[in-house]
Amino acid sequence: MGSLILNASSQTAVGSRAMSESIKANNPAGTAHAAGDPRSAGTTMAIEDVTLRYGDANGVLALDDVSLKVAKNEFCVIVGPSGCGKSSLLYLAAGLNDVTSGTIKVDGREVIEPGPDRGMVFQSYTLFPWLTVRANIEYGPKRKGLPAEQRRQIVDQYLDEVGLAPFADHYPAQLSGGMKQRVAIARALANDPAVLLMDEPFGALDSQTRGTMQKLLLRVWERQQKTVLFVTHDIDEALVLGDRVLVMTARPGKIKAEIKVDIPRPRSMDVILEPDFIALKRRILGLLHDEIDEDH
Amino acid sequence: MAQRRTAWTRLTTPFANIPASTATTLALAMWVVVIGGWALLSYGRVVPNMFLPTPGTVLQTTYRMSLDGSLFYHTLTSAKVVILGFIVSSVIAVPLGLWMGTYRAVQAPLEPLVNFIRYLPVTSFVPLFILWIGIGIEQRIAVIFFGTFFQQLVMISDCARSVSRDLVNASYTLGTRRSEAVWHVIFPAALPAILDTLRVTMGWAWTYLVVAELVAASSGLGYISLKAMRGFQVDVIFMAIAAIGLLGLITDTAFRIIRARVAPWAA
Repeated sequence: MGSLILNASSQTAVGSRAMSESIKANNPAGTAHAAGDPRSAGTTMAIEDVTLRYGDANGVLALDDVSLKVAKNEFCVIVGPSGCGKSSLLYLAAGLNDVTSGTIKVDGREVIEPGPDRGMVFQSYTLFPWLTVRANIEYGPKRKGLPAEQRRQIVDQYLDEVGLAPFADHYPAQLSGGMKQRVAIARALANDPAVLLMDEPFGALDSQTRGTMQKLLLRVWERQQKTVLFVTHDIDEALVLGDRVLVMTARPGKIKAEIKVDIPRPRSMDVILEPDFIALKRRILGLLHDEIDEDH
Repeated sequence: MAQRRTAWTRLTTPFANIPASTATTLALAMWVVVIGGWALLSYGRVVPNMFLPTPGTVLQTTYRMSLDGSLFYHTLTSAKVVILGFIVSSVIAVPLGLWMGTYRAVQAPLEPLVNFIRYLPVTSFVPLFILWIGIGIEQRIAVIFFGTFFQQLVMISDCARSVSRDLVNASYTLGTRRSEAVWHVIFPAALPAILDTLRVTMGWAWTYLVVAELVAASSGLGYISLKAMRGFQVDVIFMAIAAIGLLGLITDTAFRIIRARVAPWAA
């Protein structure tokens, strides 16, 4: 089977939130390079022909020839069944794991190890338990060697942004799960990364808190204009948040389809009831069901 | 929620909390049973006083040896041996254990060796220590060290190894360099568990005291116990045992307080 590489190129770049919808499923061309956009000026992250195999040459193939681009200030979401390798792809992008082949570039520089230009919010709670909320957010700016006064301003700004100023001096153990993830988002943003990687950050939260968090993330993103690569298995979440949704297949992980989400912003959580939204959701469900059926 | 439950139901429910007053009463009752049983056996002459002294005799002996300062002197000597041995051991075991738990390259060569040594009985090394180190306080410190160090190393290495990978990963994405991760992330993350390890191994260090003072000591609680055995002064042995237990209790409490101060963020 030819590789189903889809290129989320710069035609989807900033501002192009026009009312158009396109889906490129089962691209018969299968050409990894054909869609490569020479004008990569608006591209923040470029993942090219990335393959990930665990262990030796006979090991499990987790990702098979994945290519995608994330435009500057774009909110790009990868949705896929569990075990499809979407989290693995994010870990590769963060530099926390090594690709078997292919390249990942951020602002033109190849990713070879983790760095503060790629902030990450994890599904598990990763706040430093020995630091207060304030000190957690300050951690990145401190590593960067920013002066104390500037750090204080940054921390205050992001504490406000996520609405946790009254909890600045609390320790993580004193916070609820949703609050912990809000701090984690603030901590990642305070470092001003070129791209923010989010690995199912709301996956461990109850559905009401998840909704609140999505609203908060939308608001923060609309204000901060960051480049985001967000991974989830929740289709509603993908469509509410994303400019573009990439659907991944399972074992080995490949990108099966690209769906542009043309729901105008600012979005509210009510969009999930709109016909446009439901049509997109049905399409993604169909794509994912194909996958699940193939599995059985 | 437990309003309608009877006291008995609460006492017999797994993991259920009981009122603090009940817990204290139960704890006191235990001591009353132990000391009462002891009094019954000794005062009632069920066991000859040559083998089991009465609580009164032990108190008298304690009072007498407190007055002439000998109890304090021997306690101090023993505490010095245990605490020095423990400190020397911890000062090396904490950083080495952290490295061992963090870097496979440190763990691979050390672990088989340490696991071999830590199952050897400390007593079997006493003759060697006397030959190598002599019969001074250093020899006794070495026994405490030997009994504590290898256990500490393995346990602290486990503390470091069980630090969440994602915590370290998160720190990398925030700009932590690989070389900084041990100090900035793994050490503080493992600190509560390390302090617990130190508290537990401090208890073990006390248990090696008598072994340390078995041979060639001229002072200390273990030494006076051995001397008392030869003179059938069972009351002195009882006093020494109680003193060691009490010292252990004090150091244990000290560690609990230190942990609450140093790591207030950990439950």
